[in-house]
Order: sequence, then structure tokens, then C-alpha cells
Amino acid sequence: MERKEWPLWEVFIRNRNGLDHKHCGSVHAPDARLALQAARDVYTRRQEGVSIWVVQADHIVASDPDAKPEMFDPAEDKIYRHPTFYKLPDDVDHM
Amino acid sequence: MYTQAMDVPNQQPEEKKPAAAVENADYQAEFDVKLARGEFIEAKDWMPEAYRKTLIRQISQHAHSEIVGMLPEGNWITRAPTLKRKSILLAKVQDEGGHGLYLYAAAETLGVSRDELIEALHSGKAKYSSIFNYPTLTWADIGVIGWLVDGAAIMNQIPLTRCSYGPYARAMVRICKEESFHQRQGFDLLLTMMRGNEEQRQMVQDATNRWWWPSLMMFGPHDTESQHGEQSSKWGIKRISNDDLRQKFVDATVPQAKVLGVTIPDPDLNWNEQRGHYDHGKIDWVEFWNVVNGNGQCNKERLEQRVKAWEDGAWVREAALAHARKQTTA
Repeated sequence: MERKEWPLWEVFIRNRNGLDHKHCGSVHAPDARLALQAARDVYTRRQEGVSIWVVQADHIVASDPDAKPEMFDPAEDKIYRHPTFYKLPDDVDHM
Repeated sequence: MYTQAMDVPNQQPEEKKPAAAVENADYQAEFDVKLARGEFIEAKDWMPEAYRKTLIRQISQHAHSEIVGMLPEGNWITRAPTLKRKSILLAKVQDEGGHGLYLYAAAETLGVSRDELIEALHSGKAKYSSIFNYPTLTWADIGVIGWLVDGAAIMNQIPLTRCSYGPYARAMVRICKEESFHQRQGFDLLLTMMRGNEEQRQMVQDATNRWWWPSLMMFGPHDTESQHGEQSSKWGIKRISNDDLRQKFVDATVPQAKVLGVTIPDPDLNWNEQRGHYDHGKIDWVEFWNVVNGNGQCNKERLEQRVKAWEDGAWVREAALAHARKQTTA
């Protein structure tokens, strides 16, 4: 079947230098160059960005939401990974 | 707006999953807990089919409204009275296009394709906001659309930034930030006209007379008549009822009309000391349903223009795809 719809791209924008690129939305575009152009027009009309990444959506591999418990619950009971787990004497507690 | 196209590795084949009914009961319970806790539902999370369908219907109608909404205003771009007003109107209409795109993308995360959404609009199966089936007769209409129509839209949209479906809520955050400019430029345009000559003031009054009641209708039928209200509020899609939003809009707008110096065309509009709100006259629901059902002044013209733009652009979309294919195979 002939595909008529332009592929989907996910758009990531760096608001200003010093910050990470952050996912902000998606666009349809036939190729990478036009995806960047569309992302600029749709997502940076008010100086929201200094750099744009576009990634074709079907190239992104995502974790399965159904696997959330086995993926993320093991971290739940490892509270010793946080500095607040350790109660130190007042004199040195700012450590 | 996280996409439905994202690949999830090592997915269990469907037949290995437990019987659907048992699974659904568990998932439903988990879904209900999330909603009760005020958590967001995200694109790949399990959701009841009716929730998904309601969202697709609502988000796509919203997207269609933004896109069709470009037409009545686009009509005035070449006739704007000054270069400044022309730049502002261009920016506003471009924003509406952007809003449509954010929303289409949010709808697509629910597993419907852009082409299907557009087909539903063009075939008349999907609705868009009836307000855009009224004509823009004078330049004052552009101001009144910003003031009243966008003002009403903002009232409707702010609670949606907290709706339970994450991609929709995030799209609405972006939209609300931008809508504020739309309403303010409209009011500014009208203020300028009101400071002009008598003929200009008459134009503003005339536009207010024509747009006031359709703006009140934008909030939808009364709560007692609303088809979707109760379930949507249970699902956290609709946080404030039609009538409450309409009341907020009237209360906010009456003082603005005074500043502007226009009369709101409702003899029954009065401050109700006891309620602490304005009472307003009866809305003509016969007119509302007439326009919803396709018999407004511009329904036919709007849809024809949309379909024509889509069909006229088909060769560009196809050529761009052919070019992209050629680049990857070269």
C-alpha cells in the first residue's frame, strides 16, 4: 500500500544554552530537513529555542508501560542511596 | 507529544496475554486509582476504550476548530488597516495553525492517524466549533473575535491544562500561553477603534451585537442538557461545567465592555447581588443547534475552503514524499 501520510518526527528543543534539549511535541514531515523547518515554525515562534533535534518517531525505543513495576520498583526500597538516609551528629550534618 | 509509533521491544504476542476480561478488570482498577490520585494518564498506558474514544473526539474537534478558525480571520489579512495590524493578524492566524498541529499530534498519540482525522473533518463526520460558521463582515469583527471568541475559548481551555490525559494537557499549556496575546490584541484593536470616529464606534457595537450570543453558545448546552458532561468530569477530562464556565465568562466580560464603552446586547443582563454574579437572558438554542447541524451562514463555505486547500496541496505532499524516497534510495 502506498503511504500517503508524511512520517512522524519527535521534536526536542534546547530553550537556551546550559539547558538540556527537552521533548516538546511532534510534526509530520517527509524528510529530516523539512522536519527541522516545521519544528522551527511550530515550536519556536516566540524564541523558545536555540537548538532543535528531530528524531523519526519509529526510531525511538520506549520502555513498556506494563513493565513499570519490574523496571522501576526495585529502586523504591533502596533508600540508602539518598543522603538523607544517614543521620549524622549536628556538628557535621551540613556535610 | 509522545507518539503511538514508538516501538516497544519484546512485546508479548497477544495470545500469551491472559484473557482480556480479567486483564481489563485489573487495568481498570489501576486506571481508576490513578485518576482518583489526580495522576496523569500517558499515551501508552492502558485506558478504557470509551475514554480513548471520548478523547479522540474532543481533541480532534478542538484541532479542527483551530484550523477552520484560521478562515474567518484569514479573510481580513490582506485588508488590515495598517502594517502593524496586518503583522499582528498574521501572527495570530499562524498561532491558530500551530494550535491545530499541537492538538492533532496529541490526538494521534491515541492511535488514530492524521489522515483519518482530516478525512473525518472533510466528510463532515467530525464537528468543529460552530462559532466559525459566522461571517466576519467588518474589521471590527477581527477585534471582537479576539476579545469575545478567544476570551470564551480561554475560559474553556484553562481547565483543560489540568485534564487527566497528559499529551492533551501539555498541548493546552502551550496553547493557553499563546491565547492571551490573541485576546489582548483584540481588545487593543477595539479600544483604538472606539477612540476613532462615530462610524468606527458603530462598527464595534455592531460586531459586538453579532458575536455576543454565539460566544455564549461556545460553552455548549446547559449542564442539564449536556450529553457528555458527567462522564467527562468523572474521567478528569472536563473539570468545570458548561454553565459555570459561561458564568465566569459573563462576569469577566461585562466590566471589560464598560471600559470599552460598548453595550452588551442583552436587556436581561443584570448584576445579581444575592448570587454575586451577572444574570443573563435566554440563549437561543434553536439557532445553536441549527448551526451545529450544518445550517449556519458559512458552514458550507468553510468546509469547501478546507477541502480545496487540502486537495490543491496534494501534489506538494506527494512530491515531497517522492523526493524523500529518492534521497534515501540514492
